[in-house]
Amino acid sequence: MTQLWDGFLKALELIYTFDPEVVQIAARSLSIGLTSIVIGSAICIPLAGLIHFNQFWGKRFLVSLIQTFYSIPTVVIGLFVFVMLSNAGPVGGLGILYTPAAIVVGQVILITPILLGLIISAFRGVDKTILDTARSMGASGWQMALLVIKEARFGVMAAVIMGFGRAISEVGISLMVGGNIRGVTRVITTAISLEAGRGDIELALALGMILIFLALVVNIIMNRIQQK
Amino acid sequence: MTMPLVELRDLGQTRDVRDILKGVNLRIDRGEVFAMIGPTGAGKTTLLRIIDLLDNPSQGVLLYNGTDVASSDKFRLETRRRMAFVLQKPVVFNTSVYDNVAYGLKWRGIDKTQVREKVDEMLDITGLAEYKGRNAHTLSGGEMQRVAIARAVATDPELLLLDEPTANLDPVSAAKIEDILANIIKKNAITVIMATHDMAQGQRLADRIAVLVNGEIVQIGRSNDIFFNPTNREVAEFVGMENIINGVVVSNEGEMTTIDVNGTVIEAVTDYSPGDEVSVCIRPEDVTVALARLSSSARNSLAGTITWTVSSGPLCRVEIDCRFPLVALVTKRSAEEMGLVKGTQVYATFKVVSIHVIRRR
Repeated sequence: MTQLWDGFLKALELIYTFDPEVVQIAARSLSIGLTSIVIGSAICIPLAGLIHFNQFWGKRFLVSLIQTFYSIPTVVIGLFVFVMLSNAGPVGGLGILYTPAAIVVGQVILITPILLGLIISAFRGVDKTILDTARSMGASGWQMALLVIKEARFGVMAAVIMGFGRAISEVGISLMVGGNIRGVTRVITTAISLEAGRGDIELALALGMILIFLALVVNIIMNRIQQK
Repeated sequence: MTMPLVELRDLGQTRDVRDILKGVNLRIDRGEVFAMIGPTGAGKTTLLRIIDLLDNPSQGVLLYNGTDVASSDKFRLETRRRMAFVLQKPVVFNTSVYDNVAYGLKWRGIDKTQVREKVDEMLDITGLAEYKGRNAHTLSGGEMQRVAIARAVATDPELLLLDEPTANLDPVSAAKIEDILANIIKKNAITVIMATHDMAQGQRLADRIAVLVNGEIVQIGRSNDIFFNPTNREVAEFVGMENIINGVVVSNEGEMTTIDVNGTVIEAVTDYSPGDEVSVCIRPEDVTVALARLSSSARNSLAGTITWTVSSGPLCRVEIDCRFPLVALVTKRSAEEMGLVKGTQVYATFKVVSIHVIRRR
């Protein structure tokens, strides 16, 4: 128990003193996570719309498949992205392995199923009569799509918050394709695993608490946006 | 002949092998208020959806302003933007009342100041001005329906489609909605096609009424024609002719017809010939009940025994067995004064002119 308490004090101290290294790591975690969620949302909101509003063969199976991928282990994605981005891999020429960009690629793959699945559910929750009403009021296809996103905004936001949580808290991808390089790709989660491995439990705990604190701040901001 | 605003030619709709609409032919003129009445499931909503171009008919042609609208999607959208449709179930968008009403205008790319003016005007007309900034989801059913009407009329449609505008509302809210609609119709000289199962509402609002039963138009005409001269049994039932009794014409002298109903003779004014199989329709409110035979101008006075009575509000519904069951409506007070109970011997009297006779099919 003393370790937990010490970790808590250490966390306060690190936040209070603005420890430059911790600030840098936290900022990197945050910017990578936010980049992933922005890219992920930009892909998944339209894609979820395409899947939801079109009838095609195998649609139900596709949705089941998407839901299955909710639980894909991060290390598996890390491995996959590693193979793709390594020098011998198909897109090795990009030369982004062991850069924050590689982590973003992995995180986008990680959160895509969650975002898609939950956004499709959110769209499903929009009353069919809303669509008829909009159509009768002379909405074009695009105007209808925007309206549906607006009507489903609580569900969509919940999906985005969920996706962000998954992105910022993952360690497998960051470790495998980022490499935990100090000053380049070290993020909070990889730092925790490193410090814990080195035996500095307090620092590891402190970093964990900072991560939770960050997530809290982001969620509060997102909830504010949602209420508008 | 002027071109009708909407014309349906032999329109049919089939869903899962069931015919929802069959051979519907209809012409609706500009400025006309047209009501479709009929029981639930008669196909009223289906017809409105086809007219609003939300669904395609499986058969037949829909002309809007003389042009076949089935052509391109773009043309359908343009045409749809000249109409408005208030759906039966009032749904509002999850945003402020103001934005709800503004949507249709924004979608048409109308500039902000004009939108504001129009929305404020609509909120005034529908009595929603004080709710302007509230989220529409927090409104009551009647208020939501008012939002739906404001939203529809805001775009100044040529044609307004209303699907059971007052169904599922309490009488006070329903009356309010009806008032608002009557005002809008009067002020904008708008063409309206409405569906209702409320005959009285159709009479109050519409110039012309079509009765829709099982996907077919069974009668069409001025509202009074429908109300007083139904041409068949379904329509007669629908307009409140509760007593529909089968009989055969015995004689007809100068339109004064005698009809044999189960051995009882009823007199009516018709142009049917002896031997015609007919149904005699009598509204319960046209039947007078008395303990002694009345000496009045009414030529039909039948002796009978009361088989049951039931109260409905200030009135009392009495069923009399005079060789056929006849329902009469008397005030509760007179029922009590006369002591009308099961088994009472009474005379049921109704005037010749209050009888409507239709040919049996």
